[in-house]
Amino acid sequence: MKILVCPLNGARPVSEFAYGGEIRRAPDPDTCTDEEWSSYVFNRSGSPGMKYEWWCHIASGFWFIVLRDTLRDVVMDTYPAEALRRGLPPLPASQASAPSLSSPSAGATP
Amino acid sequence: MFTRHDSLKAGYDVVIIGAGGHGLAAAYYLARDHGIRNVAVLDKGYLGGGNTGRNTTIIRSNYLTPEGVKFYDESVRLWQDLAEDFDLNLFYSTRGHYTLAHTDSAMRTMRWRAEVNKHFGVRSEAVDAAFVKRGIPSIDMTCGGHAPILGALFHEPGAIARHDAVAWGYGRGADRRGVEIHQQTEVTGIRVQGGRLAGVETTRGFIATSKVLCAVAGFTPRILDMLDLQTPIYVHPLQAMVSEPVKPWLDPIIVSGSLHVYVSQTARGELVMGASLDPYELHSTRPTLDFVEGLASHMLDMFPFLSEVKVNRQWAGLADMTPDFAPIMGLTPVEGFYLDAGWGTWGFKATPVCGKTMSHTVATGRNHPLIEGFGFDRFARYRLTGEKGAASVGH
Repeated sequence: MKILVCPLNGARPVSEFAYGGEIRRAPDPDTCTDEEWSSYVFNRSGSPGMKYEWWCHIASGFWFIVLRDTLRDVVMDTYPAEALRRGLPPLPASQASAPSLSSPSAGATP
Repeated sequence: MFTRHDSLKAGYDVVIIGAGGHGLAAAYYLARDHGIRNVAVLDKGYLGGGNTGRNTTIIRSNYLTPEGVKFYDESVRLWQDLAEDFDLNLFYSTRGHYTLAHTDSAMRTMRWRAEVNKHFGVRSEAVDAAFVKRGIPSIDMTCGGHAPILGALFHEPGAIARHDAVAWGYGRGADRRGVEIHQQTEVTGIRVQGGRLAGVETTRGFIATSKVLCAVAGFTPRILDMLDLQTPIYVHPLQAMVSEPVKPWLDPIIVSGSLHVYVSQTARGELVMGASLDPYELHSTRPTLDFVEGLASHMLDMFPFLSEVKVNRQWAGLADMTPDFAPIMGLTPVEGFYLDAGWGTWGFKATPVCGKTMSHTVATGRNHPLIEGFGFDRFARYRLTGEKGAASVGH
């Protein structure tokens, strides 16, 4: 069983969580071109790497942010949603020695 | 079985990235039908080692959109004499294919698919529960009491085939016609000059070419990054598993959307089982215990007598998903760069027709009429080809 550490609920099985996709900034619909808008609607960063993602603990309805390496399924850190307003740290490069999602110590302590 | 080539040539007429079923089929038809034999097929791993060897080998054409039905129907037609074409036994076995409906809304989709299919001459019927029970006598029609089977879409041409042999057959056919297959050769860059393709950088040196076909499934975004091309493709693992061999008892192929199961029995007696995608983005083929537990419990809902049967192996492949569950094929904004991608969880059955249509597209520089609904530019025009109702089990 893979374990994810939620900033609110602590270490929980990953099956209790829903993945909400990579955090992306919407262009201003009043000023952007049609091309920029359709690219925002459909295109994704499909390559593996460090990504900030939305996750939700379903039972408590708690949305939060996970910094995860999508190549190795390693959670580097988690943040409450408010962190987005304060500004998230710049994305680090992929590392080899971080705890993996299958280990109970993954993620940040709340 | 294959000619060994110790060195790469300085250039080829066409370079195909990915020696899976799709890439090798394109090479085969380029050589056989279009006379283009100065072709290299490159693979960073080994022949047929990606999703060609990781799928659950189901072949069907009971899709939902007219574009999809016509395309997959042509593929099923090509499948039927492929073994003769190759002089290689593909173990192609027509079984009949049931997509079970456990809800009224699923039954509605089955009727819709049946009507679209019949309109295009594909043999599919919406059938009732009694028909399902006659076709699969051993099934628990209540599925453990919580998902009673109301009926199904029955698709008579549904078949399975030995997937490795498909790659070997296409590979050998291409090889005999002069195509070079280079395994352990990774593409590390793509050179473009003045908006046109100039060549590919590989771990074994540079190759000059004006045409590249990319058929690399879950690795597509990494290749597209080399050209700064953006697509909606996102990658999730798709897992599958196989049981120990048991004596033959399951002739048809069974799919249940509600229970997230598809299963067939191979000629060797193993049950090959698959389910829905893993729930989040990941570029790793390490399988999970959760998957086996979930799939096994749904198998037991349908077939409780399997409780003593052991699971022999499980594995995962990287599925290149698209938002409309249709592929992305043909010309791209880079002249000379052709894409055969977005094959997600539905690519194996399309192997022959992808080879046919992509070889035509590469040889002529124009999209084959059968792939017009799958164009690279359809998202920018909001003209999607919504195939989710027929391509996935997770709806």
